[in-house]
Amino acid sequence: MQSFPGVGVSPGRITGTIKQMPRPLAEPPAGEKLAAGTDAATATAALQTASKAVQAELQARAATARADAKAVLEATALMAVDPMLIKSAVKLVNAGTSAERAVWEAAEAVAAMLVNLGGYMAERATDVLDVRARIVASLRGVPAPGIPSSDQPFILVAEDLAPADTATLDPEKVTALLTAGGGPQSHTAIIARSLGLPAVVAAVGIDQLPDGTEVYVDGAAGTITTQPGEAERAAAAAWAANSSLLSVFDGNGTTADGHLVPLLANVGGAADAVKAAAAGAQGVGLLRTEFCFLERDTEPSREEQVAAYRGVFDAFPGKKVVLRTLDAGADKPLPFLTDATEPNPALGVRGYRTDTSSPGVLERQLAAVAEAAGGSEADVWVMAPMISTPAEAADFAAMCTAAGLKVPGVMVEVPSAAVTSESILREVAFASLGTNDLTQYTMAADRQLGPLAALNNPWQPAVLQLVRLTVAGALAEGSGKPVGVCGEAAADPALAVVLVGLGVSTLSMTARSLAAVGAVLATVTLKEAQEIATLALSANSPAQAKDWAREKLPILAKLGL
Amino acid sequence: MSERKATVASSSGLHARPASLFAAAAGEVGVEVTIAMDGAPAEDAMDASSILSLMTLGAEHGSVVVLRAEGDGADAALDKLAAMLETDLDAV
Repeated sequence: MQSFPGVGVSPGRITGTIKQMPRPLAEPPAGEKLAAGTDAATATAALQTASKAVQAELQARAATARADAKAVLEATALMAVDPMLIKSAVKLVNAGTSAERAVWEAAEAVAAMLVNLGGYMAERATDVLDVRARIVASLRGVPAPGIPSSDQPFILVAEDLAPADTATLDPEKVTALLTAGGGPQSHTAIIARSLGLPAVVAAVGIDQLPDGTEVYVDGAAGTITTQPGEAERAAAAAWAANSSLLSVFDGNGTTADGHLVPLLANVGGAADAVKAAAAGAQGVGLLRTEFCFLERDTEPSREEQVAAYRGVFDAFPGKKVVLRTLDAGADKPLPFLTDATEPNPALGVRGYRTDTSSPGVLERQLAAVAEAAGGSEADVWVMAPMISTPAEAADFAAMCTAAGLKVPGVMVEVPSAAVTSESILREVAFASLGTNDLTQYTMAADRQLGPLAALNNPWQPAVLQLVRLTVAGALAEGSGKPVGVCGEAAADPALAVVLVGLGVSTLSMTARSLAAVGAVLATVTLKEAQEIATLALSANSPAQAKDWAREKLPILAKLGL
Repeated sequence: MSERKATVASSSGLHARPASLFAAAAGEVGVEVTIAMDGAPAEDAMDASSILSLMTLGAEHGSVVVLRAEGDGADAALDKLAAMLETDLDAV
């Protein structure tokens, strides 16, 4: 039996066999020639065989795919044998280029043409590049990049997952996520929580296990073991029986003694919002508007924006919806807003700061929000990401007022905003702690880097101190302005109790976590939560803070959280 | 050389699903068929069975395109494909 300790980021106990995500495909070197002894005719035949094999595989996947994915897969299957693509690759082969390099360059040219056309065509360039990678993989006899397809459910193991992988991740097939890299705030963690899959990240060496190895995963404890025995199977069965109890939230976040803590949802669009409302969310604590901007070359029109925002507002009539204005930059680049050549994008022109480099985009977004809010029954609040100073808060509040938006607020993600929250809250109506970025900036640890996972942990006592300071600033300001949390920290039931104890008034999280957080919060009084928070603040390490808090919350072990 | 003009009826133009369906059909008629925007020179015409060519053609709803083919069965093939272009394939 082998053990792989990692960082548990999404609870659940499960056994299953693993499949490794293939490594990204290396580009065939520029100028690569036909191998000695291979003539152009043989290489052309190999290329045609590979292109037909890729077509057949994509057609087979299209046959079992859902309607929306089916159309895309059918078109992609046709691209694999496209006469224009293959003819131009064969031309290169006839001039002496290797088959791999030929298809690489031919597809590059087609993709560039599509990108130049913009809009829908530009989005299809990704499909051409996907087909190219598959053909090259087939020529080399290695697995195609991307999430492996399988008839049987499996546990996916990867170095780390990118946001784009979410689209092809089928939660019916993938039962857990394990990564060798990544931290508690990495995309893998966010994807796992939103899909409700057990997940362990930063498990060094897990990417070396062969496909088909059976493992036991405990996503709360952060452990992975091979050759599961009777005890592990029993634990997995108990979790399966228990987890259905943790899937229902009654829509009433409160401590045992009736201190109300509204539990809100983080959403990225109307479809998410409808699901969150069905899961009992008491409103939206974070509407990530960049999702309607991502993968765009140009700014979406006002009509598009109004429709996208109203779709979310309409899911929560009479309830609060906190909209975060465009948060581009760092790991979410946008061609029309951010500079991809910045040496240090996490500390660069991102979030609210893009208003100085590309003025107008934010103003037009606020106008669209106001129009969407005007026609809806939701109570719309608006906040800016990456605010660092009271002056920025004041400028943002003035822009909101000019647009006719009544409740302006700020995200507290930069330590300077936490430290000066009293002055900042004089300028705006509320603050919301974005614990993911607050952690990476407090600890000076890139949230995407596996080796820094231990630093990049929202249980770090320094991060908890900044939460405490932000709340203290709001109290000192004197008019009772609320401070919420909308980072991943709020989805951890034990940490949620600590945050409430620190004086946070609302918690916003992925809708999947509402029931677990609600269930645990209902077992403690406000006074107990405050005591647990004091304990966590006095710890020397995130592990100690977490252990001390969990010791006081026996319900967690009982529920397998 | 036979020629047919057709007006693209699909509401999304000759992209996405209509392009898939049309390219697949053009690949199955047994003769090589080219497609060009009306008024473009014949030597710039592209392979109608190439979905990537169709996508780069940029034919929108209401665009007039010219189909060309030669040899046995050319007329029957062009009739079939022109009729397809004049159907709203988004509604199929």
